[in-house]
Amino acid sequence: MFSILRSIWLTFLHAFHKRETVGYPEKKPYLPPRYRGRIVLTRDSEGNERCVACNLCAAACPVDCISLQATEDENGRRYPEFFRINFSRCIFCGLCEEACPTYAIQLTPDFELGEYDRQSMVYEKEHLLISGEGKYHGYNFYKNAGVDMGVKAKGEGENEEPTVDLKSLLK
Amino acid sequence: MEYIFIIAGVLLIVLTIAAGLIWVERRLLALWQDRYGPNRVGPFGLFQVLADMIKIFFKEDWIPPFADKAVFVIAPGILMISILLTFAIIPFTDSFFVLDSNIGLLFFLGNSSLGVYSIVLGGWASNNKYSLLGSIRASAQMLTYEVFMGLSLMGVVMMSDSFNLREIVEAQRGMWFVFPQFIGFVVFLIAGVAETHRTPFDIPEAEGELVAGYHSEYSGMKFGMFFVGEYLGVTLISTLIVTLFFGGWLGPSFLPPAFWFFFKTAFFICFFVLLRASLPRPRYDQLMDFGWKILLPLVLLNILVTGAIILYLQ
Amino acid sequence: MNTIFYIAGAIALLSSILAITNRNAIHALLYLILSLLSISVIFYILGAPFIAALEVIVYAGAIMVLFIFVVMMLNIGLEEELENKWLKPRMWILPSIIAAILLANLIYALRVLEHQTVTPQIIQPKQIGISLFTTYLLAVELSAILLLAGIIGAYHIGKQKKKIIHRFLKK
Repeated sequence: MFSILRSIWLTFLHAFHKRETVGYPEKKPYLPPRYRGRIVLTRDSEGNERCVACNLCAAACPVDCISLQATEDENGRRYPEFFRINFSRCIFCGLCEEACPTYAIQLTPDFELGEYDRQSMVYEKEHLLISGEGKYHGYNFYKNAGVDMGVKAKGEGENEEPTVDLKSLLK
Repeated sequence: MEYIFIIAGVLLIVLTIAAGLIWVERRLLALWQDRYGPNRVGPFGLFQVLADMIKIFFKEDWIPPFADKAVFVIAPGILMISILLTFAIIPFTDSFFVLDSNIGLLFFLGNSSLGVYSIVLGGWASNNKYSLLGSIRASAQMLTYEVFMGLSLMGVVMMSDSFNLREIVEAQRGMWFVFPQFIGFVVFLIAGVAETHRTPFDIPEAEGELVAGYHSEYSGMKFGMFFVGEYLGVTLISTLIVTLFFGGWLGPSFLPPAFWFFFKTAFFICFFVLLRASLPRPRYDQLMDFGWKILLPLVLLNILVTGAIILYLQ
Repeated sequence: MNTIFYIAGAIALLSSILAITNRNAIHALLYLILSLLSISVIFYILGAPFIAALEVIVYAGAIMVLFIFVVMMLNIGLEEELENKWLKPRMWILPSIIAAILLANLIYALRVLEHQTVTPQIIQPKQIGISLFTTYLLAVELSAILLLAGIIGAYHIGKQKKKIIHRFLKK
């Protein structure tokens, strides 16, 4: 009996509590930078595509929503000919970002992906590719890689020893 | 001619309040649950009711092929008629009422007992096991609580010496009946909640157990009538509590009597919503136990003591 | 007033006939309720508002709900074989004779009282109470005892049987 009256009174006191609701469209919630939202493809500091079309993201994707086709430019540098993410399938797990060796594919704190037409949920490369570097500034895969892709000469990378001249006897 | 105006006025006021209650209840529930409730349509979401009405009018008014069509159709009508008829005896002010009947209170009890049919028949005609279970529960619950509802009012009748609601209000000039008849008031409040089958006594429609109970198969405006009927019932019980126990239109004279009546009614409507916000639903057998084993002896004792005191004072 | 009386009387007659002839049990009960309601209107016109209200509350409101409750639980369909089996023509003889005697009584009473008029005189609840507890005290007490017997009988029938607990579950 007393507990019933008490719970009525406590419920009444909730009239003076702060409301928990966030008025969403007017008031955007704070989302941390590493929030897993819309997927983008980034460029390196020189403005070239970071993606090397290694297919690791497509292999890692548990719902198989990524598809791409690799091709090469005149320097022999690999890049995706097309890169397609079907966001109506994507579960925003972030495994593609973890799999990516070049920090090319990244998840952003944007979740407002609603569309009227289902086909509009399929994002092509021109929709995915942004002109910035995303979350990882200053990283350029080819500056750390061993191969020469016109970014730096062989053996001049950041954590790379100079090349050994195999034909010399002095070293 | 004036008579027709009064009837139309009462209907208009009552139906507007009942429709508005849909919004009020949602906002108040939200307030007590730290939410906002409907606040998009119009200022403070006030036009939500209109939007809901437009929606409900344009829905398909479906009658299931397995239902008993005639009974299925009249069931929601019985509810509306029985509740709206009862508003005829409510004295809103000294002069604003439809019917000044000598058997006003009995008229209310009769109508509320006819209101049971709406739920029982609605559930039976739907030919659905959940609806049938809901209506079985409803019939037992409402029959039970009608007994206490009638008995809890007898103290008031004895003190005011009349079944006429206007005279009952007049008899409260000295003191509101809530003080001498506190037990009667509490029992009437509980029975009123059970009679309008609202949470915590909403076991006929317990949505966690019975889909939607007796109105599972209803759609469109037929469902709307059940829905508005519930709010009409809340308004009716609130006005009756005010009339019988809280002095009706009586109040300090710096404000008009109509204000006092509506102010007190609004208070009890809000209390109904608060009850819904705070209390869980009891089990079916607990409800019946509580009724027959606690409320019935309490009410009978109340009648006995009231009668004894009145006889002693004479 | 007379018109209302005739309308109510006609409805009472018609719905009573329909209540008997209707094959659907619930529909028949609904007609019976309608008949009770129209009788209560007649009571009201004849100057017995208290009885009219009680007719609605007790008969139409409580007893008929119990009837419907039971019929609902029995789940009676539209089967007619059972009814045809139970209702043989022979069964009609005794009720018909009794009804005929009643009808004769009624016709005789109507003929004798032809020139008497009913003057509606409003009877207040107070008068009914006074006459119940003075003139008809014995009848009230007897019916109270009957109700008490009914309650005790219902309690006896509805008493829960002793629960048989398995010996492993005993304390």
